[in-house]
Amino acid sequence: MAAILRSSVLRKMAGALATLFGVAVFVFFMLRAIPGDQISASLGTEAAGLTEAQRQALVEYYGIDQPLTTQFFSWLANLFAGDLGFSVRAQQPVLDLTVAALPVTFQLAVFAILLALIIGVPIGMLSASAPKKARDFLGQTVSLLGLSIPAFLLATTLLTFFAVNLGFNPNGLGYKTLFEDPVVNLQQMFLPSLVLGFGISAPIIRTTRAAVLEIRGQDFIRTARAKGITVQRIQFRHILRNALIPIVTMTGLQFGYLLGGAVVVEQIFSLPGIGRQVLMGIQQKEYALVQSTVLVIAASFVIINLLTDLLYRAIDPRVRAE
Amino acid sequence: MATTTKTKGNKGAFLKLVSSGRGLFSIAILVGLIGLAFLVNLGVVGFDPTAQTPADRLLAPNSTYWFGTDQFGRDIFSRVMSGVGSSSLISVVAVTIAAVFGTLIGLFGGFYRGAVDLVGTGVTNILFAFPPLLLALTLASVLDRNWFTVAVAIGIVYVPIFARVTRGPVLSLREIEFVKAARSTGMGSLGIMFRHVLPNISSVAIIQIALSLSWAVLTEAALSFLGLGSPPPAPSLGSMIYEARTLVLIAPWTLYAPGAVIVTFVVALNLLGDSVRDILDPRSREVSN
Repeated sequence: MAAILRSSVLRKMAGALATLFGVAVFVFFMLRAIPGDQISASLGTEAAGLTEAQRQALVEYYGIDQPLTTQFFSWLANLFAGDLGFSVRAQQPVLDLTVAALPVTFQLAVFAILLALIIGVPIGMLSASAPKKARDFLGQTVSLLGLSIPAFLLATTLLTFFAVNLGFNPNGLGYKTLFEDPVVNLQQMFLPSLVLGFGISAPIIRTTRAAVLEIRGQDFIRTARAKGITVQRIQFRHILRNALIPIVTMTGLQFGYLLGGAVVVEQIFSLPGIGRQVLMGIQQKEYALVQSTVLVIAASFVIINLLTDLLYRAIDPRVRAE
Repeated sequence: MATTTKTKGNKGAFLKLVSSGRGLFSIAILVGLIGLAFLVNLGVVGFDPTAQTPADRLLAPNSTYWFGTDQFGRDIFSRVMSGVGSSSLISVVAVTIAAVFGTLIGLFGGFYRGAVDLVGTGVTNILFAFPPLLLALTLASVLDRNWFTVAVAIGIVYVPIFARVTRGPVLSLREIEFVKAARSTGMGSLGIMFRHVLPNISSVAIIQIALSLSWAVLTEAALSFLGLGSPPPAPSLGSMIYEARTLVLIAPWTLYAPGAVIVTFVVALNLLGDSVRDILDPRSREVSN
């Protein structure tokens, strides 16, 4: 039994590794599709002023004269050695930038997920408790708005409203980490995670509602009721416990959405996260930065999906038995 | 499951869609918005969306400029509606690309299994490894920028979803009696796939198309908000909202007009998606009723 479990977990991990390799190939060749080379991309118009010797030195430095496969594997080898490239604009290794940016996005994502669960699960349960009644309609409306209001619109509106009407704009100052200044940090994280959390509360409301409705109609709930267990106990111990499986799956899926959605929100609220790093790389045509950062994000996404899968097995014994 | 769904079934579904309150409501809004976009682009209603009238800068909504004007004296109503038009075009093209390529990957992979399937699921897994918006914006940044490449970037992101939702049904369909019967009559694999399997996964694909449209509109708007959509001065809802950030204090309509229209547009598309899913997928109907 344990051996089977381990082997299927191992198979999942091998699959994730294979996917990651494919992702690396895809990212590498996608960014090679850009017209022009690394030299003109990083130097811009200054590239025209290079002497032939300078240009040759740069070609060798970037390895542009090498075949693409050689370039790819040397990039990969560098990645494993912890060398993600160098950002010319920031005058810093990409690794340092990434190490500073990842926790910002991660904290934002965790806060957003928590807010989404706090908003989504109760509304979903409330919705399911009286299908087609007023409170269900209300729940469905909240989830429809969550799906339909673009994050950038909500973010822009909230930022303006809080800054102008309440004089609350903690993001206008420089970013502070949780350890530097917890109070400022939490204030700076509040609106961005609310924006993202509201967006992903929609699928959580829908998942919770559908799961609760489905489980409520099953035989073991009737049995539990016949045994005289209180409604509240059934609600939490029997229904919610079982509904957790799809909710956890949905939450894991949304985590990936957050890594992408964070781009917009980090940009608007000036949070120095990983999404903003990609965007700055794109805007400043620093493709070495974009290439490594996108790979780091995709790798985090694959790892999170793998963890969700494992967590899912821990919650649902039936999956293990398969 | 959906073994009897043929063209006739889908026609019946369309009637069901317009006779359901939610479906009719969403179609009415969409027809209204896209109709206005057409009228603006034909020059029947409003103004040229890119024409600048400096004397009329930042006017509040009035009887001439229904949604007011922006910092260049351009008519916001015309720009918003024209933006709805280009966003619809980009989204429809994007979802078409995703549906065609994704369904083909799912169809061939599920039908032939083996190496074909391995490649198909491999590509699917790789594309799924990216957060959707991140992949769209990276693709948009490497492609030469015009409305079509934006549509391609958004389309590629949605290919894996179509591949995944169609592959499962194809896997079970290939074992079903009528497919086996077709094979025993000597019909070729391609014939079986397109004549017998494809029509039976059409409802799955149609549901996914309906659900994807709203997402495509939101992605297009996010890309243009970030400056990676169709290049200016082409009006786009996302870039209008981006420009309005600095104007909202003196001219709030510059933010609220495009904001309200995009929310209405996406709400209508989401309602349409939900209605289509409830009609074509009996399982979801059970749950949502």
